[in-house]
Amino acid sequence: MSDKVKVTIDGISIDVDAGTSILNAARQIGGDIVPPAMCYYSKLQGSGGKCRTCLVKVSKGSEKDPRPMPKLVASCRTTVMDGMEVQNITSPEVVEARKGVVEMLLINHPLDCPVCDQAGECHLQDLAYEHGSEATRYEFERRTFDRIDIGDKIQLHMTRCILCYRCVFTADQITNNRVHGILGRGDAAEISTYIEKAIENDFSGNIIDVCPVGALTDKTFRFKNRVWFTKPVDAHRDCPTCSGKVTLWYKGEDVIRVTARKDEYGEVEEFICNTCRFDKKKTNEWVIEGPRKIANHSVISANHYEQLGPPPVIRKNPALLEANKEQFERSTKL
Amino acid sequence: MGRKLLLEHINVPGINSFEVYRQKGGYRAVEKALKTLTPDEVVEEVKKSGLRGRGGAGFPTGMKWSFLAKPDGVPRYLVCNGDESEPGTFKDRYLMTHIPHLLIEGMIVSSFALGANTSYIYLRGEMMPQIRILEKAIAEAKNAGFLGKNILGSGFDLELYVQPGGGAYICGEETALIESLEGKRGNPRIKPPFPAISGLYNCPTVVNNVESIAATVPIINDGADEYAKIGIGRSTGTKLISASGNLNRPGVYEIELGIPVEEFIYSDQYCGGIANGKRLKAVVAGGSSVPILPANLILKTINGDNRLMTYESLADGGFASGTMLGSGGFVAYDEDQCIVRNTWNFSRFYHHESCGQCSPCREGTGWMEKVLHRLEYGHGKLSDIDLLVDVSKKIEGNTICPLGDAAAWPVASAIRHFRDEFEWHVTHPKEAMERNYGLANYADPLPKPEDLHPVN
Ligand SMILES: Cc1cc2nc3c(=O)[nH]c(=O)nc-3n(C[C@H](O)[C@H](O)[C@H](O)COP(=O)(O)O)c2cc1C
Ligand code: SF4
Ligand code: SF4
Ligand code: FES
Repeated sequence: MSDKVKVTIDGISIDVDAGTSILNAARQIGGDIVPPAMCYYSKLQGSGGKCRTCLVKVSKGSEKDPRPMPKLVASCRTTVMDGMEVQNITSPEVVEARKGVVEMLLINHPLDCPVCDQAGECHLQDLAYEHGSEATRYEFERRTFDRIDIGDKIQLHMTRCILCYRCVFTADQITNNRVHGILGRGDAAEISTYIEKAIENDFSGNIIDVCPVGALTDKTFRFKNRVWFTKPVDAHRDCPTCSGKVTLWYKGEDVIRVTARKDEYGEVEEFICNTCRFDKKKTNEWVIEGPRKIANHSVISANHYEQLGPPPVIRKNPALLEANKEQFERSTKL
Repeated sequence: MGRKLLLEHINVPGINSFEVYRQKGGYRAVEKALKTLTPDEVVEEVKKSGLRGRGGAGFPTGMKWSFLAKPDGVPRYLVCNGDESEPGTFKDRYLMTHIPHLLIEGMIVSSFALGANTSYIYLRGEMMPQIRILEKAIAEAKNAGFLGKNILGSGFDLELYVQPGGGAYICGEETALIESLEGKRGNPRIKPPFPAISGLYNCPTVVNNVESIAATVPIINDGADEYAKIGIGRSTGTKLISASGNLNRPGVYEIELGIPVEEFIYSDQYCGGIANGKRLKAVVAGGSSVPILPANLILKTINGDNRLMTYESLADGGFASGTMLGSGGFVAYDEDQCIVRNTWNFSRFYHHESCGQCSPCREGTGWMEKVLHRLEYGHGKLSDIDLLVDVSKKIEGNTICPLGDAAAWPVASAIRHFRDEFEWHVTHPKEAMERNYGLANYADPLPKPEDLHPVN
């Protein structure tokens, strides 16, 4: 292992490998102090830096050069230095700037969650809920684009796109031929294929999984159901093209969607091929492993209670908390 | 009359040809540098001259050069930034059109200093005539042995290429320029790494403005000390100013840094005063990106000193009462001009030119434009004014490249200094459509510092 460096984020210190980004150091600490990331994707080289939701304040540059950084920095693209001190949720300036970024991301968003397939697993929804304000100050017509089908399996709903570039990096890095990209400039920029070409490629379906919003959706799942009514189950098959490790999304007996397995930050564990994703929708084509664990805060878990957290009175009082834990351990041993 | 270092021979007939340029002492700097100096000595001269980047940021050129990484076996590049698209700035185009060999000569000297054997001049796509002019000049210089292999027997090789862009303002940002030069979409890169470490094709690269590169020629010819004698403090040498707006004599002027702003506007040597006998209302001193100032603050600093044409004096007072020299795009507005309309016009430009990579700039520039449009056309609300300030703050400092700041500053500064006029647009919407707010008190003498902070 290379040298370790010490970084302190919101008062919590951790030793990480040199070269780690502030965001990844925060993820190693975990919890509330992890900045939200809408464009960075750890599996995609060069991603990040664009959405600006992960802005943090570096109040001390390093042990060697303690000067604070003059501006807020994108934590996903800023490397930690030894002795660095970072403020995320403890800095009012950061909270305010993030609120601004969320507002910017939403002013032209259609807010059509009620009819969007991504609702319930949409990062923009979560972000707006956690960091945004309730009302908009934007009083103009929102930007719209026509929906386009890019091939028979994927639909592009550009109006919802936040231009995170993840799908572009995905196509560049895990398929052998990218046929879509960003056309146009500024707020007229759009994801598109040149002259409406279909995206056909063994791994093209992954752009659906990396898309943080409902801009790229699975046509084979379109309007079939709300994600929170479906049950995620891990399964695998012997696939000649990819690892074959997927999550099957059940509604009753039927597999209505197949996706890659996503971690707590919504990133896929391993990319999967289009055959697994679009063509294998029968239970007997898969080896079932067990239920997929979904983060507690997600609406998808709403019907799958793992365990109840202690009520707020207990959570606030350390003595009660300890007692509660012991009680819990005793009762689960029985 | 101030000294002219760049435009001395601009009026000599045929100066755009190699022959005449050479007769007038052209390419002496190449001979001097390649035959009598080492690359490091050239860098040292430029450092000593105090030359600061003429592209907008004013970063010391020599220092920038000394940061260039020099790993073995990896090529280094010099890229000349000729994208010049900032509203109000048109000096580089003037220089390249009329005295192209000055840039070529500067490119050879600078490439030699940096050890670059392939260098590029990146031009904004609309500059079709300049592309041909420069290519002809390159061919002439090559023919005369100043480009190509083993220049003047010094062992130094240099190939020079002109690359037109697609015509995007953002491609003037150095990392977007590099992307564009590589044949990609002109999106600014996320820094670090900086171009000095990893630029064009991931090799160490220096990007310099046309004027910065041209200025190396007089520095080498006359010596750094001679150059540094001109100017005041850390603003040395001469600077090209593109003067436009309601002036009697708009145009490109080479000034000695340090002359008073008042002299530049009113002297017959320069702009010759405000056109049609009108009075000055406001000035944008360094291209559309810098804060606009009312007449009283552009002529005097808040402390009552004369404002000078230097990096420091123009910035005196910070953003509260100062501005920036920027790229030297000097736009004067007379009493008949509408600040709201001008601000809307600028914001329209930044909205159109944002590359769209980062959310605050992509969305915020359009938002500001729409609100300003509404204000200008008499549908605004008083709360719009604070909204604009807030949106500009949400953009400023939170973006990948400085275009976000450049979009925010003109709006924030216009409201800071001309709030009355914005409010009048809301309270008198019908009148605002028919007449302008006028000079108001924007040219009134500034209160004396002792009146602001009474000593008791
Ligand atoms: C949006 C934007 C546009 C720019 N356009 C230009 C330009 O047209 N010409 C230029 O020389 N510098 C431009 N710059 C500044 C360059 O990024 C860079 O600082 C400059 O070319 C460095 O040269 P210098 O050190 O010689 O000034 C621009 C910067 C930004 C952020
Ligand atoms: S379509 Fe989705 S993944 Fe692609 S840029 Fe837009 S939001 Fe990002
Ligand atoms: S600030 Fe604007 S122009 Fe610069 S990278 Fe961001 S979106 Fe592009
Ligand atoms: S996640 Fe860091 S800028 Fe988007």
